[in-house]
Amino acid sequence: MHLDFELKDNTLIVRLSGDMDLGKADYLRNSLEAVLDQQQVNNLIFNLAQVTFLDSSILGVLLGRYKRISKKGGKVCIVEPQPQVRRILEMSGLFQVMEEFPGEDIALKNIG
Amino acid sequence: MQFINQMKLKFLSIPANVAFARVTVAAFASQLDYTLSDLEEIKVAVSEAVGNSIVHGYDQAPDYYIEIFATLTADTLEIRIKDDGKGIENVEKALQPAFSTDAERLGLGFVFMHSFMDSLKVESQPGNGTLVIMSKRVGASIAQISTEQ
Ligand SMILES: Nc1ncnc2c1ncn2[C@@H]1O[C@H](COP(=O)(O)OP(=O)(O)OP(=O)(O)O)[C@@H](O)[C@H]1O
Ligand SMILES: [Mg+2]
Repeated sequence: MHLDFELKDNTLIVRLSGDMDLGKADYLRNSLEAVLDQQQVNNLIFNLAQVTFLDSSILGVLLGRYKRISKKGGKVCIVEPQPQVRRILEMSGLFQVMEEFPGEDIALKNIG
Repeated sequence: MQFINQMKLKFLSIPANVAFARVTVAAFASQLDYTLSDLEEIKVAVSEAVGNSIVHGYDQAPDYYIEIFATLTADTLEIRIKDDGKGIENVEKALQPAFSTDAERLGLGFVFMHSFMDSLKVESQPGNGTLVIMSKRVGASIAQISTEQ
């Protein structure tokens, strides 16, 4: 798994890639928490364009970060999930709290 | 039903083996004529069951074993995923959507197994491990063409 962070105007863009499952959940959670502890992050964008597989343990990590960000009034959104990943997100109900956008730029515009 | 192939896997209860298990079962299943989308669904179901054995059954202890038995008949894959972990107090409750004994989790594992496979059966008793039996037919999602006249 490759994890990439970019902070733009207090919005943290998180780019994930590869197969995301229980084997990556702790690493993802710890990495995200470390960045959220160290930086002033208001909003979160999860770019899932390169994610080929996603299971429920990752959904738990995403929702956990949503809870942290939304507590302070911030937004979390999802960018470009592939169809099989999108289906999982849809079934989970996560789209009810995290808006989906077709690109990082559009997501940034809507969040700001 | 006559089987055409069988396999048995046994591996340690470590998170890295979730990927190993799903890829192996999907490769085995691809001996039948599943669509790519079917194989994706099988992968999710296997990941969820194996993940549950690791996280809940063995409470993340890495030195226990999980076993998978898979059988192919002409048109069906049956998967049995078994752990010797702590078992489930109330299976009926555990199967309900959004039920989880862990606050960080969504309680969707069984929902995905149920949605993506044609059958799901869970046998478990506290202290006696858990056995998840799932099956999926080939072409189950394709409507049967009626030839009645
Ligand atoms: N192999 C198992 N051994 C012991 N308990 C289990 C096992 N599998 C499931 N359970 C119990 O059933 C509950 C529901 O499982 P399910 O996979 O649906 O949700 P979850 O694992 O809690 O959350 P998620 O799958 O969304 O991460 C679990 O919270 C757990 O209490
Ligand atoms: Mg689960």
